[in-house]
Amino acid sequence: MTNTIKLIALGLITLFGAIAANYARDLAYMVNALVVMLTAGGLFLWTLRNTGEDTPKPDLSGEYMDGVVRIGVIATAFWGVIGFLVGIVIAFQLAFPVLNFEWAQGFLNFGRLRPLHTSAVIFAFGGNALIATSFYVVQRTSATRLWGGNLAWFVFWGYNLFIVMAALSYVLGGSQSKEYAEPEWYIDLWLTIVWVAYLAVFLGTIIMRKERHIYVANWFYLSFIVTVAMLHVVNNLSIPVSIWGSKSVQVFAGVQDAMTQWWYGHNAVGFFLTAGFLGMMYYFIPKQAERPVYSYKLSIIHFWALIFLYIWAGPHHLHYTALPDWASTLGMVFSVILWMPSWGGMINGLMTLSGAWDKLRTDPVIRMMVIAVGFYGMSTFEGPMMSIRAVNSLSHYTDWTIGHVHSGALGWNGMITFGALYFLVPKLWQRERLYSLSMVSWHFWLATIGIVLYAASMWVTGIMEGLMWREVDANGFLVNSFADTVAAKLPMYIVRGLGGVMYLAGAIIMCVNLYLTVKRQPAVETNNGLVPAE
Amino acid sequence: MDTYSILREFADSWMLLALFSFFIAVIIWVFRPGSRKTYQDTASIPFRNETKPAADAAQVAKEA
Repeated sequence: MTNTIKLIALGLITLFGAIAANYARDLAYMVNALVVMLTAGGLFLWTLRNTGEDTPKPDLSGEYMDGVVRIGVIATAFWGVIGFLVGIVIAFQLAFPVLNFEWAQGFLNFGRLRPLHTSAVIFAFGGNALIATSFYVVQRTSATRLWGGNLAWFVFWGYNLFIVMAALSYVLGGSQSKEYAEPEWYIDLWLTIVWVAYLAVFLGTIIMRKERHIYVANWFYLSFIVTVAMLHVVNNLSIPVSIWGSKSVQVFAGVQDAMTQWWYGHNAVGFFLTAGFLGMMYYFIPKQAERPVYSYKLSIIHFWALIFLYIWAGPHHLHYTALPDWASTLGMVFSVILWMPSWGGMINGLMTLSGAWDKLRTDPVIRMMVIAVGFYGMSTFEGPMMSIRAVNSLSHYTDWTIGHVHSGALGWNGMITFGALYFLVPKLWQRERLYSLSMVSWHFWLATIGIVLYAASMWVTGIMEGLMWREVDANGFLVNSFADTVAAKLPMYIVRGLGGVMYLAGAIIMCVNLYLTVKRQPAVETNNGLVPAE
Repeated sequence: MDTYSILREFADSWMLLALFSFFIAVIIWVFRPGSRKTYQDTASIPFRNETKPAADAAQVAKEA
């Protein structure tokens, strides 16, 4: 019966995809319609093949649902490598403009690839890491199987379909020109459906928990899911020009639109890249250090302080614009106060190792997690400083901002994710240990030195650029033309690109190591799924 | 008054007070007497039920 409904729905979606591809007003929409048609058509055939089969449904409540976490881990590693690779390509496109090939104009030039890079690393790499780890953590800390049965699979595949559609759309020119929210209206609608399913799975599992309390990591994950839903819906309020085209018109206009965008943009940093990843920190660092979190009280205060403050920090992206002064001052003040909860979290993560600091010498995985927290502390100091209006007048629109973002993204998000992957793979595939710890050390040093090269070169070029832009001669005329600053930045751009190459090399070493862990390491005996007779 | 002014006045008076009081209340709540024991138990959640779900609520209570 349910299969009949599924078949009817999938058939209709396939038909709609075909019609949409036929009537499509632009290339991005047409290609996405074809993707929808093929996906729904494939699912139709797959469902049809399984209809009428009498498959027994075993009681799985005695074991965790790890299949979706396993494939999430693979997707995280895959998208990570893709995202870093595109990043290196655009870094060298900036250094050597000839790499914007003439034959690929309009598809693979910097303007098209840049959103592909940011979305690939934030939403594909980071998002898959968040979904996979949140499913792993919420099951363990709630002591119950994921709620909703196959809904978790829908969340995983639905989210990855969103990524594929968004990526194709960027390259083919479908973009609503909102930073980190580039996907057009129909992709936004699809993500909303997936996200509601994600919330249902996560919340359902928490409600069905067999532990009395909700562990702090789940608080952070839940705040990430809820807030991202709110931000996504409000910032993407738009009216499509036609149902057969990707173009849409924003509901807000002018400075209101800008403010909504940066309310979204900064909270994407705050709740996607911070709160969600703090959820990872609060589970994986205690697990890897084999000690409970340093102060559970501090973690609660950390949570509420972060939630209350982050939501106000957006206006610091709009200093010296049409935004009223009071609003930009408000954003600046909250950004500076935000330094405190951020460092509270950092201290909590670092001090979890108190009494186990010797592990830093022997365990490169914990070293990776600790340097992630270290980078979190550094970038959450740098951020509030840059949000101060006087500092911002120098740093804004320069490469300093890019350096800041990458010390947070590569250092904090990247490193804590790598640490979590190194922790998860042996557990998920029931292996005794990782294939090679020295490969983890190689990854660690390549990534760390890569980030240092990246951040340092961007500080130099950012401050240089800021100073060159404001330099005036005795008569009050600007000394440098814009092209002068571009020429002066070349050496730093090459260093930045090399830093990215090192970071990617580390990630590839990680993929090889994880693959060999699954292939070469002996499996451990498991009694998974066996309920003890009592 | 127009909507903007009403909302603005509400936001920087009562709403600000409500949010701030909630936050202070959280801090006081965290340091309530007897919280240490509860939090020690909560903080050790990651160290149990690693390979399979807990049997049922009564079982968990007995083991804890």
